[in-house]
Parts: sequence; structure tokens; C-alpha cells
Amino acid sequence: MKAFRILSRNIRDSFKSVFRNFSLSLASISCITITLIVVAVTVVLSFNVSNFTKIVEKDVTIVAFLDLDVTEEEIDEIYDNIITLDNIKCLEMNENGSCTKKDVTFVDKMDISKEMMASSDILKSIMSDYTRENSPVQDTYQIKVEDINLINKTADEIKKIDNVNIVKYGEGMVEQLVTVFDVIRKGSIFVVIALVVVTAFLIANTIKITIMSRKREIEIMRLVGASNINIKLPFIFEGLILGMFGSVIPILVTIYGYSAIYNHFNGQLFTSFIKLIEPTPFVYMTSLGLILIGMIVGMFGSSRAVKKYLKI
Amino acid sequence: MDLIRIMNVKKTYKTGTTAIYDLNLTIEKGEFLFIIGATGCGKSTLIKMLYREEKPTSGKILVGGLDVGKIRNRKVYKLRRKIGVVFQNYQLLPNSTAYENVAFALEVLGLPKEEIHNKVMKVLDLVGLKNKAKQYPNHLSGGEQQRVAIARAIVNGPKILICDEPTGNLDPKTSMEIMDVLEAINELGTTILMVTHDIDIVKKMKKRVILLDSGRVVKDYKAGEYKSESI
Repeated sequence: MKAFRILSRNIRDSFKSVFRNFSLSLASISCITITLIVVAVTVVLSFNVSNFTKIVEKDVTIVAFLDLDVTEEEIDEIYDNIITLDNIKCLEMNENGSCTKKDVTFVDKMDISKEMMASSDILKSIMSDYTRENSPVQDTYQIKVEDINLINKTADEIKKIDNVNIVKYGEGMVEQLVTVFDVIRKGSIFVVIALVVVTAFLIANTIKITIMSRKREIEIMRLVGASNINIKLPFIFEGLILGMFGSVIPILVTIYGYSAIYNHFNGQLFTSFIKLIEPTPFVYMTSLGLILIGMIVGMFGSSRAVKKYLKI
Repeated sequence: MDLIRIMNVKKTYKTGTTAIYDLNLTIEKGEFLFIIGATGCGKSTLIKMLYREEKPTSGKILVGGLDVGKIRNRKVYKLRRKIGVVFQNYQLLPNSTAYENVAFALEVLGLPKEEIHNKVMKVLDLVGLKNKAKQYPNHLSGGEQQRVAIARAIVNGPKILICDEPTGNLDPKTSMEIMDVLEAINELGTTILMVTHDIDIVKKMKKRVILLDSGRVVKDYKAGEYKSESI
């Protein structure tokens, strides 16, 4: 009961002092607002870049060209061999969690020929002379992988299968792409963390100024026998309230701003290849993150600032 | 019965200045005691050590049997609840009313609202400010502000009341009114230690007087003994 009374008094006093020291509270809130907007923009950008890299990675395909004289039995045999490999992407799973269908597509050489003939008249005149038996075009398997980092190993394994002639997956370029995406992803995580840390210090310093102006209040609290935690609590709650207020505008910017951008560009940026993340639930998750950052950083800032005055 | 025992206490600040040299003093429960001396004689350092704002460099200070120098920083509040302190500049919260200022000392202890109200009104009555409970400090005179500070210092029933030049900013008439309040509090059983420069008050009150000079007790006058030695 006593703890509850102290707690409720602290919460009441925190609200009171936010409004009593309004100009300084406003300074802290503005500081939190601005930094959280920067955090929000960085989070939105980095998640979209990450999403885009995932889409690109998903589309990377290994193409296995089969020998020209491959028979239908051998084609089936190659399929059976491919699906036993580890890194092949699974399309369907059964209840036991084992894969029932893998992302391996057979493309018949005659279909490729037809496509080529349809694309230009010259190719049409050349290709029309060939039959299945003497066609220079090869049957292929298009294979998608689970982990793009292991694509090299998987391609090598496919190459070792009998009657597989050549394996292509954009060697060199894919590795580079994976490296670049990895750097971007890690870089954006680093930027977000760095921004949060900078925000924490910025907020801590602003709150420190607020608390400096209330040095007397803290001295009196100490004088009348308030324990350290009793002195700290109202300031910690105050930091929490400032953090909450400070995250309101960044949250609105995230929810309405991102939705507006998404709708304006119809969910894609420049080409249909670069897809934006759908606003729901993304904006709400980001908002939750922002309010949590605001509150935690506010509390941390206050607690750090008031600590200085508790040393005797 | 000894309430405060100061044994061979020395205080040297980090700057190298020694404010108190080998001080010994015993104060009994219920006493009213003046500490006088010229500026810089160590009066403030002495009382700061009593409520553990400063730690003695050597020696021992016992307050109610508690070794003040050994109390951990985070446990100091327990000592502060046994000691009331009043300053020359009142140290009131400017944005809180007289009532709120006094109630503040009880709220930090987590007392129920009703109990706080009863105690605050009782103590405001004792200092003669019952009808000014809702006034803010800047609407009160210096004497009245000091009464609020005294009320706040005694509201949780401390055993000791330390007053650091409580009449320093007040005219002689108001000063005597404050002394009447302090005397009334003393009669209720609270031990009072008052640091002052005001020799007239000391002479009129006829209490025990400790004269400090350069960090040492040079004279300890029993009640009524002090006449008019200059400080």
C-alpha cells in the first residue's frame, strides 16, 4: 500500500512537473521528436532496402543445362538427384516438416525454341529447321536455392550430376550482389544503433539541463529524508513521459507519411522490381519501436542526469 | 542522556583547508544549544557533519547512537528522517504552497493523505500559519517563510532540529518571533542546535552556548552563563 502510494505520488508529480517546467519540457520533447524522426526515416529506409535485397535474392536462379542427347529417363533421374541436395528451396511442406515439393522447374528445349522463334524473324527462320533430335538448344532445369550464400556449393553439386552439361547462375555477379547487400544491411543496422545511441545522449543532455534547474528541489528532497530511489523515481517517470510525448509526431510521420508514399508510388519505386514494404503492419511495428525507444531513452537520460545530484 | 556525541573530530576538505580540529562535544536530549563564532570558524561544517552532508576526516560522530561517518551514502536518508534542518534562505519550493511544502516531507515517506493533512495542519498551527496554508512562498514575508521551513523540518517529529542562521535574513522583532516558535518546539522535547551570529538573541534566550574559533571549541557556556563576549 505504501509503495503504491509513493508510486502514484511519483507519477502525479512527474506529470505536474512536465507542465510546470513547460519550456524545458518542450525543449526535451522537441529534441526527442527530431531525433526519433531521423531514426524513423532510417528504419523505414533500411527495412525497405533489406526487403528489396531479399526479393532480389529470392529471384536468383541456377540454370542447369543438360546434355544434348539426354533421354527422358535421364531427365527424371537428374531431377531426382537435384531434389536430394540440401540447399534447394522448398515450396511445400507436409505436417512432419519435411519438404514435399522443391522449387525445381524443367524447361523443355522445344519450348525455348518456340520462345526464341517468337522473339524474332531471323531466329524463326534459323530455328525452324531443327527438330528435337538435332536442336542445338539444351533442356534446362531452373533451380532456386534457400541460402544464396551457399549458391556456389550447390551449383558445383548440380554440375557433378551425370548428364548435366553446364551450370549457370550469374557467377561473380551474384557473389558481388550478395556482398553489397550484406554490407548495406549491416550498415543500416549500424546506422540505426548509432542513431539510437546518439539520441540517448542528446536526450540525456537535454534532460540534464531540465534537472539542473531543479537542483534545489532535489536538495530539499534529500534534506527531508527521501531515499535515492524516491528522488529518482519522479524524474525517471518524467523522462518516460517526455519520451512518450516526443514520439507522438515521429509515429504520425511514420504511419501517415509512409502510407502516403506507398500509395503515391503504388507500392513500388521506379520499377516493379523495387517493391516497397506494405504499410500494415510495418508502420505499426515501427511506431511501437519508436515509442519504446523514446520511453527507454527518456528514462535512461533522466536517471543518468539525476544520479549526479545523489552523490554525497 | 547523550543524543549527540562528537569525539576527536577533524575535518579537512579536499582543497587542504582544515575547518575543524580535534573537536569534542556532547549534547543531551532536549537541550537548546547555540553555536557561535566568527565567519569561517567551522560552525557550518560542524552542523553539516551532523546531518551527514559532510563526512569527518577523522574521529567519530554519534547521533542517537548511530555512527554518522559510517552510514553509507544510500542509507543517509534514514538519518535525515531523524533530523530536521532549517536554513537562512528557507529552501522552500517556490511553485508549491506552504501546505504543499510541509506535506512534501511526509509524502516522500509514503504516509496516507489523511495522516499527512492532520500532521501538516497541526504543525502549521504550531508555527502560527494555519490560515496561510494555501499561500505560495513569494506571497509570504521572510518570517513566515522561515516558519514554513521550520514546520517542514519538524513535521515528521525529528529528535533533533538543526538551524543554520535561521534569523539571518530577518529583522529583530521577527527574529524573536521565530525564537519563540523554536522554544515552543524545544519544550515539546526536540533538541535544538542553532548556529547564529545574532548575539542579542543568544543573550536573551539564556541557553547553552558553544563558542568556536578556528575550528576549535574555545568555550562551552552553561545555560544563562553567556554574557557578551565578542565573537
